[in-house]
Parts: sequence; structure tokens; C-alpha cells
Amino acid sequence: MSSAPDNAGPMKYAYYPGCSLHSTAKEYDASTRAVSEALGVELLEIPDWNCCGASSAHGEGHLLSTGLPGRNILLAEQMGLDIAVPCAACYNRLAVANAEMRSDPGLAEKVSGVVGLQFQGTSDVRPLVDIIVNDVGLEAIGARVRRPLEGLKVACYYGCLLVRPPRVLGFDDADEPMTMDNLVTALGGEPVTWPHKTECCGASFSLTRVDVVQKMTGDVLRMARDCGANCVVCACPLCMTNLDMRQGGIESLTGEKIGLPIFYFTELLALAMGLDMVKSCWKMHFVSPEPLLRETAAV
Amino acid sequence: MLRRAGEGGHQTSPALPQGKETVLKTKDDSESRSPVSIGGVTPDSRLRDLVERLSGQKVADCYQCGECTAGCPVAFAMDLMPNQVTRLVQLGLAEEVLACRTIWLCAGCQTCVARCPQLVEPSAIMDALRQIAAERGIKAPEGEIEAFHKAFLNSVERSGRVHEMGMIAELKLKTRKFVKDVPVGLGLFTKGKLSPLPKPVKDRAAVKKIFKELRKHEETADE
Repeated sequence: MSSAPDNAGPMKYAYYPGCSLHSTAKEYDASTRAVSEALGVELLEIPDWNCCGASSAHGEGHLLSTGLPGRNILLAEQMGLDIAVPCAACYNRLAVANAEMRSDPGLAEKVSGVVGLQFQGTSDVRPLVDIIVNDVGLEAIGARVRRPLEGLKVACYYGCLLVRPPRVLGFDDADEPMTMDNLVTALGGEPVTWPHKTECCGASFSLTRVDVVQKMTGDVLRMARDCGANCVVCACPLCMTNLDMRQGGIESLTGEKIGLPIFYFTELLALAMGLDMVKSCWKMHFVSPEPLLRETAAV
Repeated sequence: MLRRAGEGGHQTSPALPQGKETVLKTKDDSESRSPVSIGGVTPDSRLRDLVERLSGQKVADCYQCGECTAGCPVAFAMDLMPNQVTRLVQLGLAEEVLACRTIWLCAGCQTCVARCPQLVEPSAIMDALRQIAAERGIKAPEGEIEAFHKAFLNSVERSGRVHEMGMIAELKLKTRKFVKDVPVGLGLFTKGKLSPLPKPVKDRAAVKKIFKELRKHEETADE
């Protein structure tokens, strides 16, 4: 599936929001739906989807960590559509399970038997950022920009699970991905060059080893700031939680000011496209983006 | 089981010369291997096979270049470096490797997987070791992380999706750390990001069946 809406049918995908987009990342879900609709991308939520197992199921064995995302893939195959996944962690689990079931008929058979649907391998699993940038296209997006993001110096943060393992995922380079950088440029912002694009934020240790997360996330935030960014953009609710929610704790730990608002890429799209809904997103952030947006007149 | 060692993309590693192999193995049949004690330590000669079976990784392919450790973003908090974990599995030093913090501190970020020149996936080895440790009743030195994984999966098994508030409540009951993170918890709640009530899937039986039939399906015990 590909290309712009004017020379193909409507772009239609099975939408897998995942648990976070119904709770800690509600603003990601809302901006995803608004931006997709505005760009002619139709997202049909997979009926009765379940949790993908995220960072916990793979410690309980390979079968469980394939079966949980597997059911969602089988449900999407019934819809005859490729799967659009905004959360990087969900995307990773679904894409890995899909690749493994495609290459191992025995595994596919086992999951099919338990779920009660036959795996066909007909649906691709794709990250939403890939669909927006490569299916809609930067040219079509550029044509929709009403308020260019002038003054925003953006550190594009991809994290781990969007690009690794490259042998299975590979929609962008695993060390120097550019998808979001190109998007920021198309929206009139300035992506900064920085080395921590794919460093890990500590992800699921957010609730347990806060000290470990503060070190890892702190390193990412400080590097972004030191490379001249005045904000960070990401495509993952776990990254957002650590970079945004934990930023205050990191600042009080070291006594330094970081003050970097964190955006979902869909929020930057909504902002640049002049979609009013985006204003309702800001109150969901721990580090308010509003002072920066006022300062840069991007509001 | 998907990727058994020796199948799929991996070549079986060349057999060691007979003389060397018999240093640790008395016979091919694992049942009748007699333990060999080296400096007071008794290697578990079946650990490597077990890890290979559970992880699908050819543990023997690791030649200890240390690339995994050099790139590991959590190495600063680990007690064993990732390459040391693989080395201990190669040597069959089960007691040491199953009790370490490292297997619980692996964030699963896949940096090591992307960089290993031998196409070994150290994070899959860590996953397998956590399973074996849990199965053998070895107390996790990172109790909170273990409790988090349990609370997370219990939440999914109960309702098909993660209900954050229920999961956090279970985690706090298990770890007895009630005041930890109260400010950020309140922040999440006032921003409407935590729902008091779960929103379960309709077909809860389908998810329960996945847990019942696919969890622990892979034998972690010695065969």
C-alpha cells in the first residue's frame, strides 16, 4: 500500500492503538485520529484488540509473547488491511510476531489454533510515522501546513523499539534514522543534529528503578539541550512518559534546568496544520509546551 | 517452539575436537553426565542447552568481543556485563548467572542485538535466564522489576488489556512502597491519564486461553 490519496483509493489501515493510547497517552490517540482524518488516512480500530504483552511477556516465554500480539494480527487479517501502530513498543511486538509467524509455519499454526483464526501472513505491521511520512508523503503534508513551526529546534528521538532489531523492522536506518527529521523540516521546523536519536530511555523501569531511568533519560535530555534543541519529538508513549513525566525529578535531582517540552510527532503535525484540537493536548503534558510556543509564535 | 538452536538461519557450530569436548562431558547422554568440579565450582552442563532451546540462540557462537557490553545503555547499573552473562552460560555456571541483577536490568532495547557480529541476541538470552530463574524459584535480586512484570501480565490476563491503576495498586501491595512516586501518580490522575476502572476486552476468554495454552508451554525443566 502506498502513494498519495489523489492517485490511489483512500488510504485505509487497521488501527491498533494499544493500552497506552487509551490511558497515559490519550493525547497521542486524539492527535493521531485528528491528523489522520485531515490527511485522508482512514484508521479502522481493530475490534476487541488486546494488549500486545509489551516489555513483560517475552520474559515468560516465546509462545506467550507471540500469541498476545498474534491475536491482533489475526483480527486485522480478517479486515483485509495492513496494521497502523502509533506506539513503538506495540509496533515492535506486533512486527516481530508477524515476522516470526511468517517464517515459522509451526508457530503460526499453534497461535492460529489457540486464537481460532487461520494465520495467512497477509497484513503488514507498520509504525504510524512511516505511514504518515511515506504513504501520505512529505509533499502532500507540506501542502497542508498553515502555521510553519518556525523557531522550533527539534531533537527527533526515535528510541529503541521503532528501529531495532533492524533485521526484522528496518523502515528506517537503525543508527541514523531520518523519518521524523524530514517530517520536521516539511513542517517548517529545524531538526537538530544530535547523537542520541536511538538511545534507550529506560522504558519499562519507569515505575520500578526510577534511579536507572533518571540516569538514562537524563542523558538523552541533556544531550538534546546541549545540541541546541528547544524541544524533543517522539513516537512512543513510553519515551514520552520518561522524557516528560520524569523530567521534573531529573531536574530536582541535579539542580539543573532542562525545560524541554516533549511532543508526539502527531501533535507537531496538528500544530502545523492548524488543527485546533491540539490545544487540548497541552494540559496532558507535565512540561508545558505553551511558553515555548508563545515565544516562537507557533501558537 | 520457534527457533531451536541449530535450526533456521544459524549454522551448527563445528564440533570441538573430541579430546576437548570430553573435558566437561563424560558421555553424550546428558542423563548420565557426571558433574565435574573445577575449583570447587560445579558447572551445570545442561544450562547452555536449556538457554539455547528457550532463546533460539546459539550461545556457543559468542566469541566474547564485548560489543554488546560496549553498547549497553544499562551496563552502568548491572552487576555482570552482558558478555559475561553469555560467558557464564557457555561455562554452565548456573548459580552465578541465575542470581545476577543483569538479567532483570536488561531493558530489551535491542542495541546488543543490532550490534552483535555473530548474530547472537543477548537480550533473548536474558529473557530465557529470567524464565529459568523464576522456574527454579531463585529469588530475583531486582524484586520490584519482577513484581512489575507479574503485575503487568496479571492485569492483561484479567482483562485483556493493561489497566494501569490496577497494575500500580498490585505493584504497591507487592513491594510495600506506598509513598514512592505519589506526586507523579497524582499528576497522571489529574491529567485524566489513569482510569479508576478497567476497560476490558469483550472476549476475555480468548485472552485467558492464550495465557492458559501458551504460557510456560516451553519446557524450562531439563528434559
